Amino acid sequence: MLIKKAEEIRGSEITPKWLYVNRRRFLTGALGVTAGALAGRTLKELAWPAQRVMAGSKLNVARKSPFSTNEEVTPYDDVTHYNNFYEFGVGKEEPAEKAKNFRTSPWSVKVSGLVEKPRTFSVEELMQLAPLEERIYRHRCVEAWSIVVPWTGYSLSVLLKEVAPQPKAKFVAFETYYNPGQMPVANYAGIPFPYVEGLRLDEAMHPLALLCFGMYGETLPNQDGAPVRMVVPWKYGFKSIKSLVKIKLVEKQPPATWNMANPSEYGFYSNVNPNVDHPRWSQAKERRLGEFFRRPTLMFNGYADQVASLYAGMDLRKYF
Amino acid sequence: MKKILRSKWIKVPVFGLCLGPLGELAWRAFHHHLTANPIEFITHLTGDWTLIFIVITLAVTPARKLLRLPELIRFRRMFGLFAFFYGFLHFGTWIGLDKFFDWADMLHDVRKRPFITAGFTGFVLMLPLALTSTAGWIRRLGGKRWQMVHRLIYVTAVAGVVHYYWLVKSDVRKPLFYGALVAVLFALRVGFWLVSRRGKPAGKAIQPGLTTAETA
Repeated sequence: MLIKKAEEIRGSEITPKWLYVNRRRFLTGALGVTAGALAGRTLKELAWPAQRVMAGSKLNVARKSPFSTNEEVTPYDDVTHYNNFYEFGVGKEEPAEKAKNFRTSPWSVKVSGLVEKPRTFSVEELMQLAPLEERIYRHRCVEAWSIVVPWTGYSLSVLLKEVAPQPKAKFVAFETYYNPGQMPVANYAGIPFPYVEGLRLDEAMHPLALLCFGMYGETLPNQDGAPVRMVVPWKYGFKSIKSLVKIKLVEKQPPATWNMANPSEYGFYSNVNPNVDHPRWSQAKERRLGEFFRRPTLMFNGYADQVASLYAGMDLRKYF
Repeated sequence: MKKILRSKWIKVPVFGLCLGPLGELAWRAFHHHLTANPIEFITHLTGDWTLIFIVITLAVTPARKLLRLPELIRFRRMFGLFAFFYGFLHFGTWIGLDKFFDWADMLHDVRKRPFITAGFTGFVLMLPLALTSTAGWIRRLGGKRWQMVHRLIYVTAVAGVVHYYWLVKSDVRKPLFYGALVAVLFALRVGFWLVSRRGKPAGKAIQPGLTTAETA
């Protein structure tokens, strides 16, 4: 399943640039004409250009990562107002509002299970374990939309080596914080909480798998998984667990929330794969937020060169 | 109340209200409030309003009987046509903005994705209803036959709810809510039919081939 040079298929080469540059202008144009408001809208944009309001505090980013893509980064406002974080509501714009008062300090992450040195880390301790890198990753949701985000963190392998996995450990189980008191709408999500996810140990040890503390040079906003989350860029977004409180090394494949909710639709692996459709929609293309046309989805989300070897010999239709 | 409902001008403000969701879209477009994924947002908003107008249209007959306001029938065609209008925008957004008029891909989806099959069915079945909504067509078809044709709205309502239910990932509250409304409106029709059957002379009571929608 090795697709070489997949990264070279850039949407800008396929899509006429004038159309994809600014979808809002396009859509506003289309609707604005009917509303007879096009002229006023353009004037308004000239007078008040879009503002960028940042929420977090600055992070010390030691270095840029060679794993970064050079694709255009998605606007901060889109990444912070288009979220799937079902503990805070199932609407895309709900988490930004309902996670506003989410308390993320103090915060600790318990690392346990089949390790030589089990330990509970405070977030502050975790952030000291290794120099923070900025990594600009593609992020592909199972719902066929995608974004490009400059995350800040370091490879999860650093933490795993710190606690020293035992030879018996084969998988890593993750768990998101859950507190109905702070997440009053979680009951309506239709999936069980706490949210859990898992990776095979070799996947978790892969340098691309990021333990993430920030984005856009700042600490993570609540709705994007503050204060610490995983980012696994070659898998569908729901594998990248947010607001992490537990990491456990185990022998058997651990449960994963969406996989439990609907095993025929969401596999344990959930690697981005344009050739294996979701039963209800195609995964061949995706809508990059900010672009008008859908662009082709890349095998392993464009990280095939790095990760395809993890799945050598596996039937990716069976282990989707 | 009856006087207002009978007035010549009442249809104008009602028509204006029905355009509200379109106005909201225009306002949001103007103010950059179409979210980070405008095409999805427009699809969802127009889809929601299609279902709402189907429900409103189906509610006219029960409301007119229960409230003893026969005048309400004057608005049914308008509501029905607005259901079609928002359904058309919904379908148009999908085929025009989402698929960019890739008809082959569209047909592929209609065949392969059950939720799209259901939605497409519901939309296509609204076409003859919109086309034959005029007084001329009622005359040409004759009241009875026209009514038979327009019972297709029941199929559209069920298809619309199923379409929505099959689409959502986990939170089924909204599709179930629409489903419950449609079920209540169907149940009322069954109720009216049972009542009217009891009221009739014994010999004529049961007419084979008539559906529960007789009182529609």
